[in-house]
Amino acid sequence: MSSLIKHPRDFYAGLLYATVGVAAAWIARDYNMGSAVRMGPAYFPTMLSILLTMVGVASLIRSFFHQGDAIKSFAWREIALVIGSIVLFGVLVRVAGLAISLILLVLISAWASPQFKFKTALLLALVTTALSVAVFVKGLGLPFSILGSWFGR
Amino acid sequence: MDILANLSLGISTAFGLSNLFYCFVGVVLGTLIGVLPGLGPVATIAMLLPITFSFEPVTALIMLAGIFYGAQYGGSTTAILVNLPGEASSVITALDGYAMARKGQAGKALATAAIGSFIAGTIATFLIALFAPPLAEMALKFGPAEYFSLLVMGLIVSIILAHGSLLHAIGMILLGLLLGIIGTDVNSGAERYTFGATWLADGIGFVVLAMGMYGVGEIINNLEKKETRDVMLKRVSGLKLSWSEFKQVLPAILRGTGVGSFLGILPGGGAVLSSFAAYAVEKKLSKNPIPFGEGAIEGVAGPEAANNAGAQTSFIPMLTLGIPSNPTMAIMIGAMMIHSIQPGPAVLTEQPALFWGLIVSMWIGNFFLIVLNLPLIGMWVKLITAPYHLMYPVILVFCAIGVISINNTEWDVFMMAAFGFIGYVFGKLECEPAPMLLGFILGPMMEEYLRRALLMSSGDFTVFVTRPLSATMLALSVIALVVVLSPAISKKREETFKE
Repeated sequence: MSSLIKHPRDFYAGLLYATVGVAAAWIARDYNMGSAVRMGPAYFPTMLSILLTMVGVASLIRSFFHQGDAIKSFAWREIALVIGSIVLFGVLVRVAGLAISLILLVLISAWASPQFKFKTALLLALVTTALSVAVFVKGLGLPFSILGSWFGR
Repeated sequence: MDILANLSLGISTAFGLSNLFYCFVGVVLGTLIGVLPGLGPVATIAMLLPITFSFEPVTALIMLAGIFYGAQYGGSTTAILVNLPGEASSVITALDGYAMARKGQAGKALATAAIGSFIAGTIATFLIALFAPPLAEMALKFGPAEYFSLLVMGLIVSIILAHGSLLHAIGMILLGLLLGIIGTDVNSGAERYTFGATWLADGIGFVVLAMGMYGVGEIINNLEKKETRDVMLKRVSGLKLSWSEFKQVLPAILRGTGVGSFLGILPGGGAVLSSFAAYAVEKKLSKNPIPFGEGAIEGVAGPEAANNAGAQTSFIPMLTLGIPSNPTMAIMIGAMMIHSIQPGPAVLTEQPALFWGLIVSMWIGNFFLIVLNLPLIGMWVKLITAPYHLMYPVILVFCAIGVISINNTEWDVFMMAAFGFIGYVFGKLECEPAPMLLGFILGPMMEEYLRRALLMSSGDFTVFVTRPLSATMLALSVIALVVVLSPAISKKREETFKE
């Protein structure tokens, strides 16, 4: 961004607060406001949203006037692998079952590390999955199917 | 109600076989996560919460509490031996502790840390026993207006004690309060901010939020840092203090205990701030010829005593008022609610066995810890170098299974992933997640007390300043804010956190 924004962290945090604040207040218009005696569902969130928007605007204004470091770059590869492996686990846990989704969770998330070696990660995945199945499903009796609906369970 | 009868009730509860066992399990796990890289007490307690569902409430709390204060011990071990504090509360211990280790005095530093923590833990346990009952009694007289003002005061103090920018701390609290609103309004039954999604109707689970921000977000953060850990010594010897050394550190331990006990009670205070403050005190008062930062033994004794005392006394506001003073206490409240105990002054009268059992168990846990940490230190030293690239996928497995088993819905998994990313972004923006978590857990309570207070006063907002107790608390909050915002103090505050 331009040199106008002197404090990028303040700028983006402020933008975030203000956006959430305005959005929350906008959505709360549909709820009943009530009165101070009988606060409706919109009363408290609207108060909070206004305060949050004010904080956001203050932070935005401040970002033009004082100096701050640039935001450090995002580790997109690590984000994609870690977050992606969790989402995939959520998608697969019912249909493919606990065993397969856990193996994939470990393999994919382990890939994010610079020390990743496929054989080690596979071994880790198998051991972790076997132990998890033994402890959580057999031991604690949590309601997971080890093989999911794809396998006719 | 006299204190001896209470303590004996606590002793009979805490010494029950299963409670004793899970207290031990808790402190072992706590030490473990303190020693292992990149896993903190909040994420661990969140992960283990589902396992405690089948426990008696008191047993569950004893184990979870053990994890919390056990982590303080483990964290200091890594601080001293590898200059990498396992927990934020041990940052300050690394300064002089690591310097001592480099001079070949690692054993002495570890012994000081353990003995200091034990003495502090013992004293703090008695302080809880002494001060919790009168506080709870006072809180029973609170009306909704007082409770609302108390929550405001709690949030404001936590803003002041947060690291970094005050404005961002306020923003994070408000974000947390708004997040807490999501779900069905208990009063009107209206769904708020759910966008018609049934999986949001009950609101966002606290565990989902905590695991996302502290578990998943932390993992991405750690992966990016790529830290390496080298233990300089494989064997630690000389794990004891001579009588004259003990006499040298005892005053520092006692001062640290005092500082820590006081700051632990304050919202947002707890173990981290306590250790910083105690270090500053020791730096002023010490007569040690060795300068601080180069291996002064008081620089280990004071902060270690303080962080342990602070960790313990932060249970006081949680148990008596139902107000968490730090994220770990917030998750303890979440644990109590899952076991259908409403935290607050009534716990003391309605569940005396739980209350006193928990307190006595803390002392037992501290005793376990000194045994675990001194003779068995070699075992923990080996774990310090545990390879993180093999650990974090396992942590993710625990998070994933833990979060899905609470409500048995995959939406919680997706939300955890989302909060993991959000937590990472907040880290980049240097917005601390702790105030947000406090806001999140206090939000629903705050709305309810505000609603009731205004209902009773017929919508008159002056009720908060005309009732003396409420007015006092609000005045204190305003004074605290003004003091912190004044330029001289805010400069000093920045220096304190920079050190």
